[in-house]
Amino acid sequence: MNFNVLNPADWYVWMRNHRMATALLFLLIFPYLMPYEALSINILIFGLFGVGFNLLFGYTGLLSFGHAAFFGVGSYLAGISVVHAGWPWWAAIGCGVVASALVGLLIGYLAIRSRGIYFSMVTLALAQIVYYVFYKAESWTGGENGLRGVKVETIDLLGWSIDFMDPLNKYYVIFVFVALALWFVSRVLNSPFGAVIEAIRENEKRAAACGYDVARAKLLVFVLSAGLCGLAGTLRALHLSIVPIDSLHYLQSGQAVMMCLLGGMGTFFGPFLGAAVFLYLEDVITNLTRYWMGVVGIIFMLFVLFFPKGIWGTVLHRCELWLARKEGAA
Amino acid sequence: MLDISPQLFALQLMTGIALGAVYALLAIGLSLIFGMLTVVNFAHGAFFMVGAFLGVYSLGLTGNFWFSLLLVPLMTGAIGLVCEKFLVRPLYGRGIDYPLLLTFGLSYVMVDVVRFTFGIEGIPSSTPESLRGAVFLGFGHFPLYRLFLILATALIVIALWLFIEKTRYGLIIRAGSRDPEICKVLGIDISRVWLLVFGIGTAIAGLSGMLASPTRAVNPEMGIPILAESFVVTVVGGMGSLPGAVLAGLLVGVVFAMTSLIAPEFAELSIFVLMALVLLWRPQGFFGKAGLMS
Amino acid sequence: MSSQLFNKHIGRRSIVLGGAAAAVAPAWMGVARAQNTPIKIGFPVPLTGAFSAEAQDQVKAAEVAVKEFNEKGGFNGRKAELLVRDDKLNPGEAATRTLELIEKDKVDFVVGSLSAATQLSINAVCRDRKIIFNSISQSDAINEAKDWSMYTFHEALNPHLTAGAVARYAFPKYGKKLVYLTADYAYGHEMVRGFQRAGQAMGTQMLADIRFPLGTSDFSAFLPRIQSLKPDVLVMCNFGRDQLNAIKQATDFGLKATTKIISPVLLFTARVAGGADVFDGVVGGTSYYWGMEDKVPAAKAFNDKFRKAYGGAVPSDYGALGYAGVRSVLQAVLDAKSTESMKVSIALRQLRYNWYKGDQFYRKCDHQSVQSVIIVESKSKGMKDKNDVFNVVHIENADEKNLRTCDELGHKVST
Repeated sequence: MNFNVLNPADWYVWMRNHRMATALLFLLIFPYLMPYEALSINILIFGLFGVGFNLLFGYTGLLSFGHAAFFGVGSYLAGISVVHAGWPWWAAIGCGVVASALVGLLIGYLAIRSRGIYFSMVTLALAQIVYYVFYKAESWTGGENGLRGVKVETIDLLGWSIDFMDPLNKYYVIFVFVALALWFVSRVLNSPFGAVIEAIRENEKRAAACGYDVARAKLLVFVLSAGLCGLAGTLRALHLSIVPIDSLHYLQSGQAVMMCLLGGMGTFFGPFLGAAVFLYLEDVITNLTRYWMGVVGIIFMLFVLFFPKGIWGTVLHRCELWLARKEGAA
Repeated sequence: MLDISPQLFALQLMTGIALGAVYALLAIGLSLIFGMLTVVNFAHGAFFMVGAFLGVYSLGLTGNFWFSLLLVPLMTGAIGLVCEKFLVRPLYGRGIDYPLLLTFGLSYVMVDVVRFTFGIEGIPSSTPESLRGAVFLGFGHFPLYRLFLILATALIVIALWLFIEKTRYGLIIRAGSRDPEICKVLGIDISRVWLLVFGIGTAIAGLSGMLASPTRAVNPEMGIPILAESFVVTVVGGMGSLPGAVLAGLLVGVVFAMTSLIAPEFAELSIFVLMALVLLWRPQGFFGKAGLMS
Repeated sequence: MSSQLFNKHIGRRSIVLGGAAAAVAPAWMGVARAQNTPIKIGFPVPLTGAFSAEAQDQVKAAEVAVKEFNEKGGFNGRKAELLVRDDKLNPGEAATRTLELIEKDKVDFVVGSLSAATQLSINAVCRDRKIIFNSISQSDAINEAKDWSMYTFHEALNPHLTAGAVARYAFPKYGKKLVYLTADYAYGHEMVRGFQRAGQAMGTQMLADIRFPLGTSDFSAFLPRIQSLKPDVLVMCNFGRDQLNAIKQATDFGLKATTKIISPVLLFTARVAGGADVFDGVVGGTSYYWGMEDKVPAAKAFNDKFRKAYGGAVPSDYGALGYAGVRSVLQAVLDAKSTESMKVSIALRQLRYNWYKGDQFYRKCDHQSVQSVIIVESKSKGMKDKNDVFNVVHIENADEKNLRTCDELGHKVST
C-alpha cells in the first residue's frame, strides 16, 4: 500500500475506507471545538437520534412523523427507572431501549399497512396518542412539568468511579454509547439485511417479487430504528437530569426530519452532521437575534433549494469528483 | 354523571359544525394543493395566520368587513403565487419530501416576518358590528357570527365546486390532476395551472384565517396548532378529495365538540384517535386520492 | 555537593523568603482578580414565543436592579452583570441554557424563568451543581420537598396563594355557584385547588370543573355547557393566550350578562394586547400593578426608577418580579459579604425586604417569598392613558397563613 503522507488524495481514500474510525476520532476531539460541553453532548444525542431515524427514512424510504415517540419513551422509561424505581444507570438505559423498541413494534405493526403520506400521518397520529398518555400519567411522568430528579452522579464501572457531573466526563461516557450504536448501524447496513432495505426503498414491488418478505423487513427496521432513537432518549434523560414532555411532541419528530435533510439523508453520517449544524447554528443565532426562527427557516429553505443532497451529501459528492479528477490527471 | 339535555346536545352539535367549517376550509386548501401538485403544504397554518392578521389590519384601515373579506384572500393568494413560482417550482420532480420541507422552512420565516411587522403580542380582533349578538335557534342562543361562519363556508364550497365542475379553468385543473402529461401534449401550460391552484389554496387558507379571527386571539403562533388539526382533517377525508375535506372537516369538528361535552380534556386527543382509527381501517382516508372530484 | 552550590548561589534565607512570597502571591493575585471579576447572574427567560413580551419586561426590570447595584458601588468594587439567555419557553432548552451558563459562563447565580415547567427544569440543573436559583414565575411544585433544595428560592407568587386571595375577595361578593374552566396541566390544577380550598371555607358550590387541553384556541365547544349550568361565577383557571381566547369567546356567547368572570392571574401585557372590551369587568389577581403607586410608596419609587430608565414606560407584573428576583440575590451577597452559594442562601433566608410593593421575606421551610396579592378589575371606561387598564380593588397583605403548610409540602423540618 503506497500511502504518501503528503498527498491529500491518499488521506481522503484512507478516511473513506475507514469511515468509522475517522468519525470516532473526530468525535473524540469534538468537545474542544464547541463553545461548551452541553452543546456537544446535545449534538451527540441528536446525532444518534438522526442516525436512528435515517435508518428508516434515508435507507428504507419510509418518512415517519412520529419518531419522537421512541425518543421520548426512551427518555421517560430511563427517567422513571431512576426516579421511581431507584435503578442504577445501566438498568435505566436498558429499560429505556427495550421500552422504545416495544413501542416501535406496536406502532410499526399498525403503520406498515399504509403507504406514502398516509404512513407518515399514521405515525404522527399514533405518536400523538403516546404523547397524551404520558402527559396524563402525571404521577409517573410529572405531566406538563416534566420528570425531574433523574440524577446520576457517578458512573461505577468495573471498579472505576467516574464523576458524571463533570461535563467532559459526561461527554465521553455518552460518546461510548453513541460509538457502539454507530458501529451497530454500520454493521446492519453492511449486512444482507441492509441490502434488502435499500432494495425496498428503490422499488418495493421488485423487492417483493425477488422473494423478500417486505412487511417483515420493514417492521424489523422500524423496531431497530425505534430502539436506537430510544437509546438517544435515555442518554438525554441522563444528560439533562430532566425529561421534558415535548420530547414526545410531533415538533420533536419534525426536528429529526430537518436534521436528516440538512445533513444529507442518503449518507451514513449526514444526519449526524445535520444535527451538529442545526444545533450549533441555533445556538449561535439565538444569541444574535430574536428572529432566530426566521433565520433558521431561510437557511433551511436555501438548503432544500440548492443543496438537496444535504451538507454531507454535497461534500462527499464534491470530494468524489475531486478525487476522480486527481486520479484521472495522475 | 352528566345530564345533557337535548337542547344542550343540539347547541353543542351546532358548535361542532361551526368549528368544522373552519377545518373544512383549511382542508380544502390543503387537499387542492396536494391533489394537484402533490405538495404537502406545511406553511398552510402560516397562511391562515397571515390571513387573520391581514384581515384585522384591513378591517382597521377600511372599516369595511365585506371589502376586507374580498381583499384578504387576494393578498394571501398573491403571496402564495410568489412562493410557488420561486420556491416550490424548482423542487418538482425531486420527490414528495422536498416541497414539504421547503414549506416547513417557509412557515418559520412567515411567523417571524409577522412578528417583525405586527409585534410579538398579537393584535386584538373583534366581531364586526353587523354580526354581533346571538340568535335564538329554538334550543338555545347561538352566536350570530358562528352562524355566519357556517353559511360563508357553505357558499365558498359551492362556489369552488361550481368553478371546478362548470368552468373551463376547472376542467383544465381536473384534467391536470388526472394526467399532467396529456395536458402538456394538448398544449396546456401545466405550470400555469399549478401556479393558479397553489394560489387558490393559499387564498382559501387566508380567507379561513380572516373568518376565524373574530373568534380567537390573533397572534403569530396561532397557525401552529391549526396545522396539525388541518392535516388530521385532510388525511381523514382523503388527500386530494374536496368532498372528503368538507365531510371530514365537519366530522372532526363535531367529534371535538362532543368529546368536549363528555370528557373535555380528551378533546384534542380524540381527533388524533379518530385519525388513527380511520387510517387503520381505510389507509387512504374516506375518499382516497383518485383525482379531485371523485 | 549540590548543597554547596545551593549555599553559594542562593542562600537558605532567600529561599525561605522567596517561598513565602510565592505562597502568598497567588492568594494576593487571586484577591486582585476576584476584585475585578463581575458577579455574574444568569437570566434564562423566554425571549421568543408566546410570552416574549413578559420576558422582555423581566429583562428590562432586572437590568434596572443590576444598574442600581453597580451605581451604589457593587460588592467590594465588584460589579454585577446580567447574562440573558433565551429558553424559548421549552424545558429542554432551558436546561441546556442553564448548563451553558453554569459550565461555560461560570455564573454565580441564576434568576429567571416564566413557565412552571421551565423553572422546574432550571432548578433541577442548578441545585445539582449548588448554584442558587431564584425563580420569578408561578408554580406550586417548586415549593414541594422533592423539588426543593437550599439553593432553590421562589420570588414569585404561587397559584395557591393567588387563587386563594382572589377567592377570598370575589366569592363573598359575587356568588357561591361556581364553574371552573381549567387548562389541563399542573398549573391549572393548582389554581383549582387554591380556589377550592378557600371556597370551601366560605360554603361555595362547584357546579363543574371543565378541563380543556392546554393551548386550546377555540373554546366554543365548552361554552354551551357552561351556559346551561348558569353559574354565578366563572373561574378562568388558565393563563396568557388561553385566557384571552376563553374570555373573548365567553363574551361572544353572552356569558357576561349572567356570570362574573374571575381569574387568578390577570396579566398586564395580555390585557393591553387583548383590548378593553374583551376583559371588561373581569376580576383577577396579580403580583404587581403599577397603578398602586398612589397607595404604596415603594411602588412609586420602583415605577419612577423604571420610568427614568425606559422613557416613561411602566413596569408590568412579571417585570417587577425580574427586578425583585435579582435585587434580593444581590442584597444577600452584600449581607453575606460573599458570593459563595451556601452563605448567600443563609443570607437570603434571613432577608427582610421591601423592593416594590411592601414587606416581604422568604419562608424558611420552602423559601417561598411571603408577599401581598393585588386584586384588580379590568376597566374600559375612564382610562387616563393606554396603561391605565385596571382598578385596584383590594390588596391582600402578606400572610404566611395563606400558603400551604410546610407539612403539606412534604418538608420534614422547618428550620
